[in-house]
Amino acid sequence: MNKIIVMMSVLLLAAGMVFSAGSAESAASGAAAGKAEKVLWLHFAGDAQQKALDAVVAAFEAETGIDVEFEYRPGSAEGENLVKSRLAANDMPDILSYNSGSLFQVLDPDRNLVNLSEEPYADRLLDSFKSTVSDGNGFYGVPIQPIPAGGIIYNKKIYAGLGLEVPVTWDQFLDNCEVIKKAGTVPVIASYKDDWTAQLLLLADFYNVLADEPDFPEQYTANKAKFATSPSALRGFEKIQEVFVKGYINSEPMATTYDNAIEMLATAQGAHYPMATWILASIAANFPDKIDDIGFFALPGDSADSNGVTLWMPNNISIPKTAANPEGAKKFLEFFVSDAGMKAYMSVGAPDGAFAIKDVPVPAEVFPAVKDVLEYVDANKTAPALEFLSPIKGPNLPQISVQAGLALKTPLECAVEYDRDVEKQAKQLMLQGW
Amino acid sequence: MKRSLYRLLMEAAAVLAVLIIFGIPMLFVITNAGKTSTEAARSTIGLSETPQYWSNITEVLKAANYMLPRAFYNSTLITVLSILLLIGAASMAGFILARRSGRPISVINFFVMAGLMLPPSIVPTIWVLRLLGLYKTIHGIVFIEAALNFPFAALLYRGYMGAIPKELDEASFVDGCTGLQLFFKVIFPLLKPISVTVAILSSINIFNDFVNPLYFLPGAKNATVQLTLYNFISMYFSQWNLLFADILLISIPPLIFFILFNKKIVSGMVAGAVKG
Amino acid sequence: MTKSMTKMYSFWFFLPAGLLYIIFFLVPTFLSFFFSLTIWTLTDWHFTGLDNFRIFLTEPSLSIGFKNSLLYATGTSLLKIIVGFLLAAFLTMKLKTRGFLRSMIFFPNILSPIAVGYIFSSLMHPSKGVINTFLGFIGISGPDWLGDPGMALFSVILVDFWKGVGVAMVILIAGIQAIPAQYYEAVKIDGGNPLHRLRFITLPLSRSSINSVIMLAFIGGIRTFELIWVMTKGGPGFTTDLIASIIYKQFQGGFYGIATAGNVILLIVVSAIAMPMYKLLTRKEIDV
Repeated sequence: MNKIIVMMSVLLLAAGMVFSAGSAESAASGAAAGKAEKVLWLHFAGDAQQKALDAVVAAFEAETGIDVEFEYRPGSAEGENLVKSRLAANDMPDILSYNSGSLFQVLDPDRNLVNLSEEPYADRLLDSFKSTVSDGNGFYGVPIQPIPAGGIIYNKKIYAGLGLEVPVTWDQFLDNCEVIKKAGTVPVIASYKDDWTAQLLLLADFYNVLADEPDFPEQYTANKAKFATSPSALRGFEKIQEVFVKGYINSEPMATTYDNAIEMLATAQGAHYPMATWILASIAANFPDKIDDIGFFALPGDSADSNGVTLWMPNNISIPKTAANPEGAKKFLEFFVSDAGMKAYMSVGAPDGAFAIKDVPVPAEVFPAVKDVLEYVDANKTAPALEFLSPIKGPNLPQISVQAGLALKTPLECAVEYDRDVEKQAKQLMLQGW
Repeated sequence: MKRSLYRLLMEAAAVLAVLIIFGIPMLFVITNAGKTSTEAARSTIGLSETPQYWSNITEVLKAANYMLPRAFYNSTLITVLSILLLIGAASMAGFILARRSGRPISVINFFVMAGLMLPPSIVPTIWVLRLLGLYKTIHGIVFIEAALNFPFAALLYRGYMGAIPKELDEASFVDGCTGLQLFFKVIFPLLKPISVTVAILSSINIFNDFVNPLYFLPGAKNATVQLTLYNFISMYFSQWNLLFADILLISIPPLIFFILFNKKIVSGMVAGAVKG
Repeated sequence: MTKSMTKMYSFWFFLPAGLLYIIFFLVPTFLSFFFSLTIWTLTDWHFTGLDNFRIFLTEPSLSIGFKNSLLYATGTSLLKIIVGFLLAAFLTMKLKTRGFLRSMIFFPNILSPIAVGYIFSSLMHPSKGVINTFLGFIGISGPDWLGDPGMALFSVILVDFWKGVGVAMVILIAGIQAIPAQYYEAVKIDGGNPLHRLRFITLPLSRSSINSVIMLAFIGGIRTFELIWVMTKGGPGFTTDLIASIIYKQFQGGFYGIATAGNVILLIVVSAIAMPMYKLLTRKEIDV
């Protein structure tokens, strides 16, 4: 009788396995039975550039006959974790969208992704981009969007109406805010319900940090420079707090989302929004008649002499080593960065920045805010954001920035807290010197 | 006379208060699920001027490549399979826990009680699931749900066994039954009422579970209904009408259960709480 | 019971449950003690001693979870037990709408926590939300329920209470109904008023169901994070983070060792508080 029970429970447990094996098999056979060759692309949900990507996909499908199928995942930390756990479970698509820079390092590219150094288009990509998707052995991703710039996105109509000029120092910026406030408009939009937006002011301030301390990234990576002990880095937290303390942000910041912020800015309810230029596509999509009112200026520093813009590196697509169709994926990556691919990308509208691909000119007809950015680029007044110069970025920066932004803690306390957050990340990555 | 009037007034006040406190959130979901996205953004409670339930619901169903219908399939499958496993495993365990005593039984009882209170260790569980090739699979989550619901179900079975007279066992023994025959031919059929209770309570629990699928079942392919809700926020962040349409849709199965089995649900929760 | 009868109750009956429970609950629990001492990437681990615990207990963004979880568990169980008891006492009276009221109050319990979270996030919007619109209508300017750091945790506690008070109520109703009627009659004869009945009969004699409710609510409260995750994500800043939401954040960040250390801490907190509480509550029950 005991045997019977043993057998029964084994059966019970085995039933589950059989069931799953069955479903896995049917999925596989379904793929094989499908007529056309297919590549699966895991991408961010709600990408403002989706239309441009769709255009590239359509052009690629027409040229090669290979179908590209999208699968979507949430953005932000949620989606990053999903990618990490799927990576751990060897369940990867053929093409993977991901952030470049320090976040990319967490994927352990050399171990998990296909090295693209020998691809024919390798020389077409800017070195400054390639360095953010590499780990010393080569590079692993190609850019899928123009280069975003971080700074202040502002409403030109408000500026014109009040006779304001673009500020080049932080004090001038605050003076402008005062005028705007007196005119009854919100000077600075704070959308802390989406807490990732709270950190943009600090991140975009990095041009000023670098102007002050050119070796900050190396020192920071080596566990020598800290946000709490570097006056120029600490300024980021101070600035976030200053706009709150002076009463320049909107009421209900914790109930305001990124979407609300877009609306406020476009409809001139708010004058400034510390953000990056990836917002422009969303403004153009939701408020097409307002996009020409929107401008950009670099986050002002303490001195008028150094006034430049902090650049992000575009998100990238890479090919996981466990991809089912790596050859198809390679063809797609090659097509994406080719002239034909870029042409398709820009067929749905002007890009919101320059590309990280050589010999791909920005068209003359771009959003006014993009023109503003390009002026800085042409004058060579740009610097990369910290996350593209150092592999470590603490995961709690959004929440810590909210603390600064609501004056729950002093800027120094926030900086100390963030330094410990960074330490945690560095230890997890097992960096030297931590 | 005066007293009964006072009573009536008090009851009327109670009905009003309950309608406001518990009714309005429900009403809010129902009216907002039929609004346009601009109407829903105002988040008022009134009915839409042009209710568009059908188009909202079809849009939610079609969203992200028919994610919601797939999620309904997944959730139903997970719920049914875990409950079958749970009833099989817990009824057998409850049978012995009630019929035997002694040191080994108190040790097992201790572990069952511990399982009722202690939080499961998430990442090590993932590690075990990966080792067994079960991570991110439907049957992996089935095992997890069955294991985590086991203590509660075992206690219900143990409690209910007390009402089944031992004389039945003795009679079967005299008739020459083995333990297995006794359990499956005599005991298990008699446990039917509590099995139904376990099935109903656990199905609501498992169907509504958010945390375990979040941890153990990542991926849009494997989404459960609760995860669709979560994903809708990132995909349709400003379209509250669609979010509420989704809430409405995924609340229907538990609602049907509630209407059909109200008494069973309540009595089962009471029994489980008091036994625990 | 004869020896041969015992044979019918073979321990082999535990096998299916045992396998499930050991593989998917006990083994991970024991493993957590080891992995909490490592830097862990799921594939590799690297021993670091008690570092993860130090980080978890000293970093303000992590240690706040401790205080908040205790507040949350205490707050929700107090509210549920007090209001649940009053509701139970009221709804065991002879009322015409008794069944309706009980069902209405119980109903939120079968809704999924995340659905409830999203519903209330919308209702609690500071300017547009139904709650503050209503309060404004009667002349009160409502608080920023989820945005005010001093208020947010309390708001989520209220929502948890809204969702869970029905269970407390039905358990207490069952307890009260189990009290034999002659006790009440005795008080009546002695000339006691309804409050006396509540104080001297109902309250002490439904002790065991009260204890069950406290245990259930407290353990549920200390382990939970769904509502917090959906409504505030732990914010503003870290002011509403609970132990469980912090564990999830560490998991998200890929800090598997720290997440597991958090799990061990939660396990210790539950054993240190809930187990003695259980013993204490069940002992008092016997005293009565």
